[in-house]
Amino acid sequence: MPIHFRNNSVRALSDEFLQSALRRTGTHFRQGRNRAVEATPDWEELRSRAHEIKKEVIHHLNFYLTQLIENVERKGGHVHQARTAEEACRVVEGIARSHRVQTIVKSKSMVSEEIELNAHLQKAGFYVVETDLGEFILQLAGEKPSHIIAPAVHKSREQVAMLFAQKLGLPEEMARETSIEALTEIARKYLRGKFLQAEVGVTGVNFAVAETGTLVIVENEGNARFTTTYPKVHIALMGIEKIIPRWEDLSIFLTLLPRSATGQMMTSYVSFLNGSRGEDEEDGPVELHLVLLDNGRSKMLKHPLLQQTLYCIRCGACLNFCPVYQTVGGHAYGGVYSGPIGAILTPQMQGFPHALPLPYASSLCSACADVCPVKIPIPQILLSLRYQSRKSDTLPFRSNFPLERLAFYSWSVLLSSPWLYRWIFPLLLRFSWLLSHPLFSRVAPAILSSYLKEHALPSLPSKSFYQRWKEYER
Amino acid sequence: MRVSLFVTCIIDYLFPQVGVAVVKTLQKLGVEVVFPMEQTCCGQPAFNYGYRDEARRVARHCLKALEKSECVVCPSGSCTAMIRHHYSELFENEPEFQKKSQEIACRTFEFTEFLTRVMKTSFLREVTRTATEKKEKVCYHDSCHLSRELGIREEPRALLRHLPGIEVVEMEKADECCGFGGLFSAYLPEVAGAIADGKIDSILKCSASSVVACDMGCLMHLHGRIARRKLPIQCLHIAEVLTKWMGE
Repeated sequence: MPIHFRNNSVRALSDEFLQSALRRTGTHFRQGRNRAVEATPDWEELRSRAHEIKKEVIHHLNFYLTQLIENVERKGGHVHQARTAEEACRVVEGIARSHRVQTIVKSKSMVSEEIELNAHLQKAGFYVVETDLGEFILQLAGEKPSHIIAPAVHKSREQVAMLFAQKLGLPEEMARETSIEALTEIARKYLRGKFLQAEVGVTGVNFAVAETGTLVIVENEGNARFTTTYPKVHIALMGIEKIIPRWEDLSIFLTLLPRSATGQMMTSYVSFLNGSRGEDEEDGPVELHLVLLDNGRSKMLKHPLLQQTLYCIRCGACLNFCPVYQTVGGHAYGGVYSGPIGAILTPQMQGFPHALPLPYASSLCSACADVCPVKIPIPQILLSLRYQSRKSDTLPFRSNFPLERLAFYSWSVLLSSPWLYRWIFPLLLRFSWLLSHPLFSRVAPAILSSYLKEHALPSLPSKSFYQRWKEYER
Repeated sequence: MRVSLFVTCIIDYLFPQVGVAVVKTLQKLGVEVVFPMEQTCCGQPAFNYGYRDEARRVARHCLKALEKSECVVCPSGSCTAMIRHHYSELFENEPEFQKKSQEIACRTFEFTEFLTRVMKTSFLREVTRTATEKKEKVCYHDSCHLSRELGIREEPRALLRHLPGIEVVEMEKADECCGFGGLFSAYLPEVAGAIADGKIDSILKCSASSVVACDMGCLMHLHGRIARRKLPIQCLHIAEVLTKWMGE
């Protein structure tokens, strides 16, 4: 089923709560990020350095992966490599099964959303609890995240209160309790109980340092810290592109990530996890598993431009600055990753024609490229994906857009012969009054008539500039 | 100084008065303007939609039409960016055209870029007439390709500030997209309209009577929405504002 971006966006435009939530949080994130960037004098230098480091990692991915695996294993961790989402899910299931556990706690991880881990584990009979507040809300509601760092941004306090009252079995009057503090307290109490029952904790990874085997997790709620310290077993999931070569590179990325994401100088918690609990240590998991996920990523390595998609550190800044995302929200993108990064990532992971509308869901304004902390050339990648989707030699698309192809072909012939151009164009314009004729809207393609519903056409001049110039020259 | 005007297809057929204003402004500053009669379009619509073969066909013709020009002036940030930045990529497998495109890109300037960097703005002071009527409030909209791809943000504002009858006010988020994006606005008309509405709201908020920009694409899109909403805001290309204040 292809993603219906246009239908989704029309629905999003009529959702008043979503519109006000997008305005409020968008402004908040943008202002925060801009303030933080202004307070960082060497911002541009840091972005360039980060871009170069990511380039180095992607160009030597096998080398750094091997180094990371060696160092994680040296520190007592077990490393699993998963080629597909299915494989990764089965690895996690296998580990949980071998420990005969029931309850699994999870902290926020986009990769786990990507592989639909919760659904898999629940089907396998495990009880999985999301412990990030936003993800917890979404789990209760059975929805997907609509923002990379603020997954439940589309839900109101009232909706959350109702959801808590219904799903957590609270007395009905609790549904009227809508203050943020009270709602957080309810979630906190509930989740604390789950933490204490859980024997396995699943997390994502923000950065993995190849030379030390350190896994770094950045968060604000402390739930990831809890997930990695209390349960006996910690399973960390990461895409293979999340590697950072050296320990000292971390300072660059830990400067860029929180400033770009929430405008914070530093998040409340930054955990550096070095292997499983040693004999002389008092905390940390008894067993540490690292699952390295490919799921289409190594396929992206082939193309020098498209591979830059893998530089992404999932800060969400491109979403906050994208006029399209800010108008339609994350669910319109029909997948786990939304906004400009989703528009370039989803097509490469899931392919065409499923993700065909996504590269076109952009006005190519380049605001995303301006704020991307690792300088991913998102507009160029969008253009390249559009080209691939229309190219007839790689995909059997020639037959899919016969009219469109014919239109562009005729247009190009017309515009490359001045004689035809100067003869046919004025003729076409002479009949443009037809566009505003009431009968036209009945016979016109739906897209054209809906454009005319939203926009008035300019009044047409009697003479072109070319004609006026000819007269002037005479 | 002699320049060739690459007027762009949208101005040629839909807004010829803007082309006339560009010529008048340049002539007023003592620049000789020629119009290469063979010109059509830069090919951007097809390039942006993924039809690179078709874009190349048009771009090749564009290069031929502009080949003999000493200096090209184009009253659109978007078309200038296409020639300057994207032709190279478009012709990556045709070295001959790539070289030609790079040569032409080097001597192609966007209109306000030409006025401020090649001509120097101070010229304007000598040719503008003094204001007699009340100052008109205008705000400036940064078109995306002009500001982000060509880095021209301050130049058009500086030009406007030189004009005696104009008061330049800043709208909020002046550098945010208007929602046009070429065929994007036809592909997702509802989204494009909603983005334009956001822009129009910030124009209303800064109480300007006109919005000025350097790209007719943005202005056409904004005007289309403004007309539908029946608002009293004028959409003007910067050349129209300049000629108005440069006297006869």
